[in-house]
Amino acid sequence: MLDLAAVNGSLSAIGYGLAAIGPAIGIGLVFSAYIQSTARQPESSRMTLPYVWVGFALIEALALLGIAFGFVFK
Amino acid sequence: MTVLAESNIPFPPGVEDFYLPSLFGGGNWVTKFTLMVWLAVAVLIVFFLMAYRDPKLVPTRIQWMAESVYGFVRTGIAEDMIGHAGLRFAPYLTTLFSFLLLTNIFGIIPFIQISPNSHIAFPAALAVLSYLIFNWVGVRKHGFAKYMRNSLIPPAPWFILPILVPIEFFSTFIVRPFTLAVRLFANMFAGHVILLVFTLGGFVLLGAENVLVKPVSLISWVMAIALTFLEALVALLQAYVFVVLTSSYVQGALADEH
Repeated sequence: MLDLAAVNGSLSAIGYGLAAIGPAIGIGLVFSAYIQSTARQPESSRMTLPYVWVGFALIEALALLGIAFGFVFK
Repeated sequence: MTVLAESNIPFPPGVEDFYLPSLFGGGNWVTKFTLMVWLAVAVLIVFFLMAYRDPKLVPTRIQWMAESVYGFVRTGIAEDMIGHAGLRFAPYLTTLFSFLLLTNIFGIIPFIQISPNSHIAFPAALAVLSYLIFNWVGVRKHGFAKYMRNSLIPPAPWFILPILVPIEFFSTFIVRPFTLAVRLFANMFAGHVILLVFTLGGFVLLGAENVLVKPVSLISWVMAIALTFLEALVALLQAYVFVVLTSSYVQGALADEH
């Protein structure tokens, strides 16, 4: 059979692209919540900043696990 | 793309582009990365020594630069994240920040153009250092048992604890150093690959058979220039994030309650 179109390379790249959607939305939510709360209550910006970074780190951990497992499940 | 890539440019850039040849032959003990790390250490030592060799009340230009970096980390990160107890970590955090910033920015400096942090070994060593520091200060302050209780047992009803304690253990003692290292590594690695794709892609398009495809290489190179600016931003941001997360972990270890 004649191949009209062929894709070669690693499927894990596509898988990682899909896996990164969730953390992308999550990080967007974290920072949008921080910006909103700071706009409403500017003096609370220092107070909420540690939670922002902890939340950001936890969410981005998912994307980073995605990178690692892309190499693991070859 | 396979039709276009008839030239001898190794087009889809891959992991093998990060394994640079040995500089002096005989094993891979001295590569460009080794030199870059030593260069970064030397530049930082000389910079901060020169800046503070003869401090003036009205700062000279180099003294002002060093003081801005130190002041930024001291008030913007150490004091904001950890509070007053964080001031004693300011020297370490400043060293970490300036080292990371310098090694990250190597990724876009002409003729260097690759960051040592795009090899997992360098971020991993720094992440292990941060891991040891935050656990050490936590154990020093609370004692081992109380530190473990603070970091592992959240204030929650007893019947949910069997689920929460393993999660807390996993997230605090396993995920933290791993993500610190991988975040920096992945950003620097991906940044270098992206620049390679657009720069080499330009040459591949230029070498295309079709005359109409050749001008597209200009777009590719314009993208490469634009992404170089993005990389400058990423270099700064990742150095900042690494230091902020380190101080956030220190703050968590020093906190009295969970």
